Amino acid sequence: MTRAPELSDALKTLETVKLDRRAFLALGTAGAGSLLLHPGSARAADKIKTTARIVIAGAGAAGLSAASHLAQQLDGAKITLIDARKEHFYQPGFTLVAAGIKPQEYTVSSTAEYVPAGVELVTERIAEFDPEGNKVVTESGKAFAYDYLIVATGMKLDYAAIDGMDVEQIGKNGLGSIYHSPAGASATWQALSAFADKGGVGVFLRPATEMKCAGAPLKYTFITDDHLRRRGNRGKAEIIYNAHNKAFFSVPIVSEKVRMLFKDRGIKTQMDRVLKSIDLGKRIATFSTPEGTTELPYDFINIIPPMAAPDSVMNSPLPWKTGGWVAEGWLEVNKGTLRHARFPNVFGVGDIAGVPKGKTAASVKWQVPVAVDHLVADIAGKTSDSIYNGYTSCPLITRLGQAMLVEFDYENNLTPSFPGLIAPLEELWISWVMKTMALKPTYISMLRGRA
Amino acid sequence: MKDLDPLIFFAVFQEMLGPLLWILLVLVIGGTAAFLILLIKEKGIVAKRLVRAELVGLAGGVLALVLMAKVSSSGFTDAGGPADWFLIALVFGLGLIGTAILVYAAAGWKTLLSGQKS
Ligand SMILES: Cc1cc2nc3c(=O)[nH]c(=O)nc-3n(C[C@H](O)[C@H](O)[C@H](O)COP(=O)(O)OP(=O)(O)OC[C@H]3O[C@@H](n4cnc5c(N)ncnc54)[C@H](O)[C@@H]3O)c2cc1C
Repeated sequence: MTRAPELSDALKTLETVKLDRRAFLALGTAGAGSLLLHPGSARAADKIKTTARIVIAGAGAAGLSAASHLAQQLDGAKITLIDARKEHFYQPGFTLVAAGIKPQEYTVSSTAEYVPAGVELVTERIAEFDPEGNKVVTESGKAFAYDYLIVATGMKLDYAAIDGMDVEQIGKNGLGSIYHSPAGASATWQALSAFADKGGVGVFLRPATEMKCAGAPLKYTFITDDHLRRRGNRGKAEIIYNAHNKAFFSVPIVSEKVRMLFKDRGIKTQMDRVLKSIDLGKRIATFSTPEGTTELPYDFINIIPPMAAPDSVMNSPLPWKTGGWVAEGWLEVNKGTLRHARFPNVFGVGDIAGVPKGKTAASVKWQVPVAVDHLVADIAGKTSDSIYNGYTSCPLITRLGQAMLVEFDYENNLTPSFPGLIAPLEELWISWVMKTMALKPTYISMLRGRA
Repeated sequence: MKDLDPLIFFAVFQEMLGPLLWILLVLVIGGTAAFLILLIKEKGIVAKRLVRAELVGLAGGVLALVLMAKVSSSGFTDAGGPADWFLIALVFGLGLIGTAILVYAAAGWKTLLSGQKS
């Protein structure tokens, strides 16, 4: 949807110098940058003049990154970021907090510090999406009309779908849940540490829905195994991993590698098990199986709840209307361009996007520039040929100090960033070093639109 | 991480190290410059000083590895493949060479400025 006034604005495109990037380039060139930089790395420095109103729903990894990219490329656009949460969570760090490697604060910062100049942050929750009327309405009843909408609300953790689950109990009585929050991850570490001191039965699982970072349930299983070994208590423990279907990971070659590693570590596996209910007092988890239900007593459990679109998105016209994702509510977007299938001025990026792969921060890094490129091309009256290929990455920790840098695309191809140097299916220290040292800075650079 | 842009690396390093990045860059550039000027002034390498600088450099290499292990909450004992040995060699090598150049330059300039012949 291109509106006439914007088109004429765009045609009058002014030579607006992007000072920040220029300054940055100059600084870089002065230093070691002279070695690092090559001429082709400077992007076109011209901003497009426009009066377009752009609303970004959700200021998490994808929303902030989109805001930064838009602010870098547009001049005069009215960009509004809407998110009620003032804290920003670096969620990939939850695993490290729950592993006892990093403190809880490692994952917490504030949203405001990443909001680029010229972008307005509205700290409210969106209650209603009205793509027919081109507006969103917040909980206080305020309506925000838009020319373009980027939906980046992430997902809802549906703990309520597990009978008997109570998030207040995380950290107590062997109950862990690394996904819940920074505090939840930290409490999970307390519970895991207590378990690693005694041994017993450790139960691990993943939900049957789409989920963010599908490697995380596996990582935490390996981490538990290693903590038990380091404390000399592996012999006193039984670790059971419950897969929701017949695979450990959606990429077959990775699934097969995980199967071998589980075997190597003596981790028992059960397929086609989905957690249905839990008795927190008696410490019994009930799973559905193709034959009915089965009970599994535990001493420690890591609950990963079913995941779905936030209610406001679920109840809007935006989700898929057919296929396997109707119940989960993911946005019906084109998997290459991330443009909505029915509302062309709407894009979906990050976890909320209904695409076959993704749902990692690493995917956000490649999705956002594609969606923004298409949006900016619309404003400029051009077309874009940017395509997101499904790039997803997951540093799959296999023990403390080692990980496999698994990267793949829609076609289940492995797409290693450092082919020939870092083997994707090899347990390496260098991959662990990247996870612990380089990933958060890369993530923060991404929020700022610099990576 | 397709299309690895050197600028991205730079942005990431800046995020990782903060102001320390600039201090390191100044040290690297300043140290190299001091070393090169010294080479020209003295018309060559002073072998005895080089050997001593390299000995200190060994300690610098070890220190670099210890630092790396600390910030990554792991140890080089976790090495699992060739890429790891490469990283260990790289970190050790950079620590060694960096320290050796700095020590050599510092010692050289000290003698030069105090007017003694080494
Ligand atoms: C335990 C764990 C481990 C992970 N490990 C990795 C990893 O190793 N590597 C990796 O790449 N990724 C990992 N991830 C995934 C990564 O964190 C997410 O994919 C990423 O944060 C997605 O970004 P997003 O912007 O889509 O969602 P989020 O970052 O979750 O942000 C969504 C935002 O939308 C807001 N919002 C929701 N509803 C509304 C509404 N109605 N109105 C307004 N705002 C709303 C929320 O408040 C939130 O701020 C992990 C995640 C978890 C939980």
